[in-house]
Amino acid sequence: MWTVRNLVNQIDTLFSGGADAPGHYQSLTRNIIITMLVVTILPLTVMGVLNHFQYGRHLRGELITPLASSAGKAKHSFELFFEERLSTVRFIANAYEYEDLLDDHTLNRLLRVLKTELGGFVDLAIINADGDMVNYAGPYNLKGKSYTSQRSFQEVLIKGSYISTVFMGHRKIPHLVVAVQRYSDEETNWIIRATIDTDRFYKLLGTIGLSPQSDAFLVNSDNILQTHSTYYGKTLEPCRLDIPTGSQNTLITEATDAKGRQLLLACSGFGNADYTLVIATPRSVVMRSWYALKSDALLVYAVSLLIIIFMVIKMAGALVKRIKESDERREIALTELQHTQKLSSIGRLAAGVAHEINNPLAIINEKAGLMEDLVAAGEDFSQKERFSQLTAHIITSVSRCKTITHRLLGFARKLDTVMEPLHINHILKETFGFLEREALYRQIEVRLSLDPNLPTISSDRGQLQQVFLNLLTNAFAAVEDGGVVSLTSAPGPEEGLLVTVKDNGCGMSEEVSKRIFDPFFSTKKENGTGLGLSISYGIIHKLGGSITLATQPGEGTQFTVTLPQNPPTDTQGSPEP
Amino acid sequence: MPYKPHVLVVDDEKEFADTLAKRLGLRDFKTAVAYSGQEALTLIDKTNIDLVILDVLMPGMDGCDTLAHIKASHPLIQVLMLTGEATVERAIAGMKAGALDFLMKPCDIEMISEKLLGAFKLKSEHEAKIKEAEVNNIISRKGW
Repeated sequence: MWTVRNLVNQIDTLFSGGADAPGHYQSLTRNIIITMLVVTILPLTVMGVLNHFQYGRHLRGELITPLASSAGKAKHSFELFFEERLSTVRFIANAYEYEDLLDDHTLNRLLRVLKTELGGFVDLAIINADGDMVNYAGPYNLKGKSYTSQRSFQEVLIKGSYISTVFMGHRKIPHLVVAVQRYSDEETNWIIRATIDTDRFYKLLGTIGLSPQSDAFLVNSDNILQTHSTYYGKTLEPCRLDIPTGSQNTLITEATDAKGRQLLLACSGFGNADYTLVIATPRSVVMRSWYALKSDALLVYAVSLLIIIFMVIKMAGALVKRIKESDERREIALTELQHTQKLSSIGRLAAGVAHEINNPLAIINEKAGLMEDLVAAGEDFSQKERFSQLTAHIITSVSRCKTITHRLLGFARKLDTVMEPLHINHILKETFGFLEREALYRQIEVRLSLDPNLPTISSDRGQLQQVFLNLLTNAFAAVEDGGVVSLTSAPGPEEGLLVTVKDNGCGMSEEVSKRIFDPFFSTKKENGTGLGLSISYGIIHKLGGSITLATQPGEGTQFTVTLPQNPPTDTQGSPEP
Repeated sequence: MPYKPHVLVVDDEKEFADTLAKRLGLRDFKTAVAYSGQEALTLIDKTNIDLVILDVLMPGMDGCDTLAHIKASHPLIQVLMLTGEATVERAIAGMKAGALDFLMKPCDIEMISEKLLGAFKLKSEHEAKIKEAEVNNIISRKGW
């Protein structure tokens, strides 16, 4: 089983490997596409190829069988034709005595009857055992001619009967010869020989019923054409095709003719004569339906291939895009969470430290106060003035420390938020009122662009004032005298609203902007506690909004605050532990 | 010689309690010091205390418990709660339970003495009213 598990694991790594690598999503897309293409196209292709061969074999059988059967039937007709002629000649040989046939009259009558009843007979001849023609009926006067050297004579002596191949007769017409040997009572043999013209061949070939591109003809074992062929030569010329002769069964072979046409040849040899019937049909004619089917199947295959590839690429792309988006969302959410947690834990730590420091601070305060009291009450001494100055300094420093610790504790404290319906524009104007004097004094141009059609929202007035006062103070600190600070309110997402505080001041580096909401992070050195933005961040989050910044060193900073129309039900959220 | 209000400072920070007591002593108060709630209660029982400055956060019996005891046994004693920012809620709870005011640590001595004097004045008026009521009561009973 471990091999199966291995395989499964390997497939898993194909889709999950190197999640942090830079090219992860590309390689994921590639892997998905390749895998999906392989698992869809491979079976389809295998199926198609198997079907092609299986169906092809089957269909070819279906298409070729009729060809073979018509070749077989035609051959049978030819055999019957030859047999009939041979039987007739044999019948004459047996029915008449040698002496009867030597009579011209009888032989001429027989020829006449044969011509009318059977047709195709040209002449009749009687040849004696020495090979001399002793009687003849027909158009030529061949009487007395010796046939000793002729092949038909030799063959008939050996076999008793003979059917020749086609030859050119005296009239330059293709003929063939049928000869039968007969033994007389006196133990001498004689031969009756009939010549038949080949007109009947064409009649028989015509009955096969072939398509126009096809051809049917006869050849002998030397591949010499015995009939005219439409495409492959004339009678007694060598056939231009390579015909396998000699088999008496019907044989289907393939050949290519001089024009390059693919042919199917149905060849069938005769049992009683040296002939082979050939039906030559162009492959394309026979296999037309198969080719049509094949091209249809190929078209379907190609179209489905295109659809599959298109869909797979599309889907893989969409899938990976979704994965990428959700990864990014998760990343952002995680960063946000970390930030909130960091703020929360720093806040808790700060509160603890502040509380612990408060007690010794109180003691220092009291001790210094006592010193002051004692000095004031005691008699004059040389350094009395300096002493009271020193104690006064200690007390001022303690009160500075006190401010810090109290703000720290305030930062971590659970503030009771008081929700009331309010117009954000009122708050912004009010808050800006605190700074109007400074703006005038420093000649800072404040651009207020407040959307008058904003809905009332439910939020905490005091805390919002604190936030915007903080943001505006920061903006004022960032700009030079004569700078521009713009304060904008606009409708925000989901029926909430959007407030931006923008300055054209010094801006900040990425390093600084990353830490700007961290507690105790300050760019104002001694003039700030580094808690303002951190507290603002906490407040806005508690009110269900968000605060973001965009900044460019030297060009300015823009803080964007979004606020929901209604605060979340749990307003006692972060950063309180 | 005018009467000096008798103030008891209760804080587990010995240094703080002692120093504060000493400073108040320099400002026309008679002072006593206790370093725990328990100690404070015994001291109150034994001596004549007018005002108590009570730290909220103490080990053992804390400010609120001590306040409850004081108010139960000596309702006329005025109590000022002393607190850090983190325990403001508890100080407020203390005020609801009968404390007069609360002070934030570290605190300004002048403010403390001001508040103490206010508290003492309140207490004196209160006592005067009680005395007057008692006198009236006696007079009405005697039927003169």
